[in-house]
Amino acid sequence: MNTRLLPLAGFALVLALLGFGIWWSQYHDPREVPSPLIGKAAPAFSLPTLEDPERHVTNLDLAGEPYLLNVFASWCFACREEHAILMNEGKQLGIKLVGFNYKDAPADAKRWLAQFGNPYDLIIADLPGDVAIDFGVTGAPESFLVDAQGIVRYKYISPITPAVIAAQLLPRIAQMKKGSQ
Amino acid sequence: MSTPRVIVQRVASAPMSRRWRGRIFCALLFLCALLACEFSSTAFAIDPLPFKDRAEELRFQTLAKQLRCLQCQNESLEDSNAPLAADLRRDVFEQMQAGKSDAEIKRWLTARYSDFVLYDPPLHGGTWLLWFGPLMVLAAGAGAVFITVRRRANAGGASTQTATRPASDVEDDW
Repeated sequence: MNTRLLPLAGFALVLALLGFGIWWSQYHDPREVPSPLIGKAAPAFSLPTLEDPERHVTNLDLAGEPYLLNVFASWCFACREEHAILMNEGKQLGIKLVGFNYKDAPADAKRWLAQFGNPYDLIIADLPGDVAIDFGVTGAPESFLVDAQGIVRYKYISPITPAVIAAQLLPRIAQMKKGSQ
Repeated sequence: MSTPRVIVQRVASAPMSRRWRGRIFCALLFLCALLACEFSSTAFAIDPLPFKDRAEELRFQTLAKQLRCLQCQNESLEDSNAPLAADLRRDVFEQMQAGKSDAEIKRWLTARYSDFVLYDPPLHGGTWLLWFGPLMVLAAGAGAVFITVRRRANAGGASTQTATRPASDVEDDW
């Protein structure tokens, strides 16, 4: 009796394993690169602003208040989609919005912002892409939530949507603000 | 690569003089050399890095083959044309110039991009199932086979028992 059920049990085990795999892949993107930076200090950098290449902004200049670092580029098509949402709902976040212009010609970036609007409080430009590597950027768009102490709290890969703002960003921002008080 | 095989087959099927065989051998050698040139020139074409010697170039290629391009994830850092891959190749090259070891360079990359950047996942808490899972399944299978075989051997020893069992039951036993 027991040995007769053995093949069925084996089959059920394999079925359960495959079912778990399907369920898991619905909530986890296997292509998403996990960020080892979460819970650690944001990397030190000194980058020129897009507006004035003479003026440099460092990570220390940004410390003291939480901010959302949003990696974007004029060559990035998905960024347009995200841009419209940042234009509409960026203010709703209630924190500083820092644009990180990634491997982009300054003239192209400026034209792009003139065309679609500028939701950012500050834009830093990384033309060589070195600081982006320190942040573990794999492409655009990507966003980092950094708290007042300069610790990276969250990273989101892909365009920000209203659902992401409501479910992922706002609760974390509320928590960060509570923590800093 | 199919052409040399065809030539070899022809050599084997038709009777050939020693001179002809020598000629074909030379042609094959030439073809191989040509292919080798082709491959090395494409490797240089992606982005030429000023290696100081052949050994350094080989070390770089071996290391870059073990690293994943984060943009085109099914390509290694060695053969990806993505801008990020080019940046990372440059960084890896610069660190090699600065005298860093392969392990140090890998640590530098994993601090930014996690173990995802390595094609060979290192053994730690999160990956033990990956490393030992197949071995455990194999051990479980071997255990099951061992138990079944021993049980059958025991059943075979007690011949009176098998004889009294109904035929249908014996058939089902596997």
